[in-house]
Amino acid sequence: MSRATSSFEMAARLETQKAADLRETGLRLLRRVTSYRRDLVIVMVAMTAATFAMALGPAMIGWIIDHRILVESATVRGLIPPLLLLTANYGMQYFGFRYQFYRMGALSGQLMKDLRSEIFAKIQALPIAYFDRNDAGDLMSKLVNDVDILNQFLSQGFSQLVGGVFRMLVFVLVMFFLDWRLSLVILGAVPLILLITTRLATMAKAAFRKSRQSLGDVSSELEEGIAGVRVAQAFNRGEANQERFQELNRANRDANIGAVSISAAFAPVIESLNALATAVLIGLGGWLVLQGHATMGTLVSFLEFSRRFFFPLQEISQQWTVLQGALAGAERTFQMLDEEVTLVDRPEAVAIPPVQGHIRFQNVSFAYNPDEPVLHDISFEVPAGTTCAIVGPTGAGKTTIISLLGRFHDTDSGTVSVDGRDVRTVTQDSLRRQIGVVLQDNFLFTGTIRDNIRYGQLEATDEDIYRAAMQVEADPFILQLPEGYDTEVGERGGTLSQGQRQLVSFARALLADPKILVLDEATASVDTRTEEMIQQALERLLAHRTSVVIAHRLSTIRNADMVLVMDQGRIRERGTHDELIAMGGLYAELYQTQFRGMGQYNGTLPATAQLASGH
Amino acid sequence: MRNNPGSDSSRASPRGSTLAVFGRLLRTLFPYRWQALGAFASLLLMIGANLGSPLVIQRVIDSIQAQLQSGLHLGAQSFDWSPVMRGTLILSGLALARGVFNFLQNFLSEKTSQSVAFDLRNQIYTKVHSLSFSYHDRAQTGQLMTRATNDVELVRQYMGQGLFQMVTSAFMLLGAVGCLFYLSVPLALLVCVIVPFNVLLLLAFMKAIRPYFGSLQTTLDGLNDRLQQNLAGIRVVKAFSRSAHEIQQFEEVNEDYRIHTLRFINSVSKVFPATFMMSNVQLVLVLGFGGNLVIQDTVSIGTLTAFISFLIFMVMPLMTIGFLSGMMVRAIVSGERIFEVLDTSSDLEDAEDAQDMGLVFGRVQFKDVYFRYAGQETDVLRGVNFTARPGETIAIMGRTGSGKSSIINLLPRFYDVTGGSVTVDGKDVRDVTLSSLRSQIGIVLQEAVLFSGSIRENIAYGRPEASLAAVIEAARAAAAHDFIMDLPAEYDTEVGERGIGLSGGQRQRIAIARALLMDPRILILDDSTSAVDAETEQTILKALNELMQGRTAFVIAQRISTVREADQVMVLEHGRIVDMGTHQELVRHSAVYAEIIQSQFKDGAMEPDVDASMTMAMEGQVS
Repeated sequence: MSRATSSFEMAARLETQKAADLRETGLRLLRRVTSYRRDLVIVMVAMTAATFAMALGPAMIGWIIDHRILVESATVRGLIPPLLLLTANYGMQYFGFRYQFYRMGALSGQLMKDLRSEIFAKIQALPIAYFDRNDAGDLMSKLVNDVDILNQFLSQGFSQLVGGVFRMLVFVLVMFFLDWRLSLVILGAVPLILLITTRLATMAKAAFRKSRQSLGDVSSELEEGIAGVRVAQAFNRGEANQERFQELNRANRDANIGAVSISAAFAPVIESLNALATAVLIGLGGWLVLQGHATMGTLVSFLEFSRRFFFPLQEISQQWTVLQGALAGAERTFQMLDEEVTLVDRPEAVAIPPVQGHIRFQNVSFAYNPDEPVLHDISFEVPAGTTCAIVGPTGAGKTTIISLLGRFHDTDSGTVSVDGRDVRTVTQDSLRRQIGVVLQDNFLFTGTIRDNIRYGQLEATDEDIYRAAMQVEADPFILQLPEGYDTEVGERGGTLSQGQRQLVSFARALLADPKILVLDEATASVDTRTEEMIQQALERLLAHRTSVVIAHRLSTIRNADMVLVMDQGRIRERGTHDELIAMGGLYAELYQTQFRGMGQYNGTLPATAQLASGH
Repeated sequence: MRNNPGSDSSRASPRGSTLAVFGRLLRTLFPYRWQALGAFASLLLMIGANLGSPLVIQRVIDSIQAQLQSGLHLGAQSFDWSPVMRGTLILSGLALARGVFNFLQNFLSEKTSQSVAFDLRNQIYTKVHSLSFSYHDRAQTGQLMTRATNDVELVRQYMGQGLFQMVTSAFMLLGAVGCLFYLSVPLALLVCVIVPFNVLLLLAFMKAIRPYFGSLQTTLDGLNDRLQQNLAGIRVVKAFSRSAHEIQQFEEVNEDYRIHTLRFINSVSKVFPATFMMSNVQLVLVLGFGGNLVIQDTVSIGTLTAFISFLIFMVMPLMTIGFLSGMMVRAIVSGERIFEVLDTSSDLEDAEDAQDMGLVFGRVQFKDVYFRYAGQETDVLRGVNFTARPGETIAIMGRTGSGKSSIINLLPRFYDVTGGSVTVDGKDVRDVTLSSLRSQIGIVLQEAVLFSGSIRENIAYGRPEASLAAVIEAARAAAAHDFIMDLPAEYDTEVGERGIGLSGGQRQRIAIARALLMDPRILILDDSTSAVDAETEQTILKALNELMQGRTAFVIAQRISTVREADQVMVLEHGRIVDMGTHQELVRHSAVYAEIIQSQFKDGAMEPDVDASMTMAMEGQVS
């Protein structure tokens, strides 16, 4: 019953799916299945053997009763040969089932493995832009669910569905061969069952929709209640929240009971109609036997048939809904696999040799959407070994510049070159291996701190790792952790503070020792001294490298060899901090309004004292 | 599985506790005993109808055979049609009864299990709200969620179906054996010899597949984890050009999973069809021996047919029980996890003789306070002494881990001190009721948590009955009114998971308004302006300065600009107060304070996001 229930739910979920698309996806899935030809042939042969054995069993029993038991001259000895034959028949059924099951499992296991690999490789190949459009968490849950349900269907459902239909056909064949009138009794129940169960399924759809919605309410309330429990306690909201939760919980329970009142009828209907068919079989069969139109053995055979005939029907109706769910999942999966990879290495692309680090943007324009240009005609140069700071408001195009440099996107016009080579003429791998990127969110992977620092440079020795950590001042805090460098950082580095994560990601970038460093300065709220440590680490990181920094810290801007002031996709001013101040333009004005009373005193105590009293 | 909340509670021996958990699961049915009994009664009636059918068939067949043998069938008019007719009618009645009672059994047991799940969820939710901060420090949201959803669902499925089906199967088996002996003792004995082999085979089957259950799930989880990590960190993967390596690693776990699955399927495919084979071998034996008995006229052909029908009742129930025992084990494990949460004793409750706090004036005193978080080995606070007079503003400074947050968490008694005492108006916070204490303390936590609902509901979180005017007043004071009025539905705008996204600064201001609406005697602000830009910070501070008049306020802040106006500044280091005094005093005398100031103003290091300020500056210019 639980499976019937869940398949009902699945059916309800699928309302919006277009039939034509599903058919297309179904064919595509089938083509994949049939491409594992050898396994498939074995499955088919095994299935045929098992099914015929299964259908022949009752027929043989009937024959034995008629010809070896209910005859005047019956002897025990006469019974033995047909019984041995029957045993052999069941043996064939056993091996048929075994290989059908095993080979189908092997086939679907291989298919799923190949599909997973394809998906994974596809994720690696897709341009960053794809992940800008699709939230990673969302993508994840969809992918895992889709692949899971597909797996479930292929490993069990597919062979049950195909096998079930095949079995019913073979049964009908054998039954008609034995007695067409009794066959009609059994077949007569089929449309009735289909009619009633599809009715029930339609009713269940609405009921399960309600139940699902209310479950959503319950789990989001639950999640919020648990995540926000501190605030709830601080504001004495315990009771009010509990009442609210109970109300939602009750609504969910009632909706579930409503749905169950329909789905609980599903199996009994089939069972009841099956038993009714048997009753009619006895009536009609008894009459036929008394009339001499049928034998007793045939009647017994049909009693056996009626017991086995309806079983696949339940399976098929369950698997049918699983199939729809699997197809919907497959459709989304195929969509992702079909996603065009716009950023590919050109066939003639070569690996870029070790670079000096001279960066040049030449008349670069770029837009994510054709009607919303992000960069207009950007040109600048960063000589090898110098630091370029980019400042400007959100949406000015700063992040876009650094993604063009790593060739995470391609320019619409103009060129980006490194050491005079257009980044589109070299392989992405060789390019990125020489560009270190420190992103704002300081993502760390589950694993030890050691693994995380080593991430960009797998050959690094432990010594190298310690040295990198020391250089960015991460070493002291790491050693204070319970297991030092072998401390597990938990999902997404969750067990470390923001400042600590930042230092680890600096060490990671430093160890990779790129010629070019791209850095998106984070503005996390960290305490003063951590901030100081981060600044020092930054200085070491930037030294002797070509670096492009989206700067938020005045210290970074000051130390830069060149500052680009960006606004609305254009470079509005450029020069060093001092030059820009002297220029008296946009930057100078910003500086005056925002840093007044701080910068010029250069951080001595009298200045702060003055500040404190003078405000 | 790591970090089980409350895992430090001692455990009974596995066997004893398994039984105990099962007993406790059964007791959850007690409030719904009539429904459960109804389900049980339906079940017995259904079994009766099921077992009755072959017996009726036997009668019909025997009557037909008797007529055939006596040669009465030769003329269409002469045979006795009535036994067949009667049998058909009885069978039809039994068929309907099977359907009806099966439905009732299904429905009632599902209904009961839904009610049980309802109760368990309510209990968990209530428990979660009564557990202390210490508990929640260690527990993870995801784990508690899993217990309230997945674990409850597993228990529900077992209570709804597994339990009843197990009982059904047992009764079915016993009933069928009874019927067999009623029909023919020698044949029944033959079947009784075979049944133990069925049991053995099933045991072998369970044994063959059991090891795979855990390892398959673990490998699959590992596979999904890899995928998840890769997706979440895809930018880093690409930035470090690690795709090839990631693909290779994924390939390994992927292949590993395939091999695991293949082995599992191989075992299942060997043993599972064997159970059918077993039942078929049984059939051949019954047909042979029984056929012989029919030939010898010891049993009738009807009896033999009925026997063949009953054979299915010898195998199916055993298989059902076998499968359901796995379900039962999972339900018990889940039950254990649920009860573990429910049994966690809240270490922070009102004392038995706790009194109402009464109206607070706001004199707060820490006397030689020591504090350590549960499970930690070092004290966070080490002998903290200070007094805040009513109406004073106390700023707390110090680096991460110096104990700032601990001080303000002890005040509303989110934790209990490990030594010393915290008093409000001279009353130890442990001697008064939590609700009377907390209702007079307004707190703005560092992370501004908003709940699904309108802005108005969020501001009125602590006082749901507050008027709109009061809500607006609080919002104005928190410098939130203006941006709220710019939102699509103003105060009725939905926020939270299903609502619009607010910036960190906006959320923070709503959290401040929420605290202000409580009109608390004591106000606690935990670094609550860290997420807003300098200008907004000034606006909020100005508003807060007025509001803090007449209230005792504790403010944790990083920026000197925030703490200048405080009556006292407390500088913490390693859990001790190293300096305390006014800003002016500290500037003159405190080396640590001077150091903090210096680091802040050097190159404007702590200046808020240049971006944000720049945006404002440029908006003025460009437009």
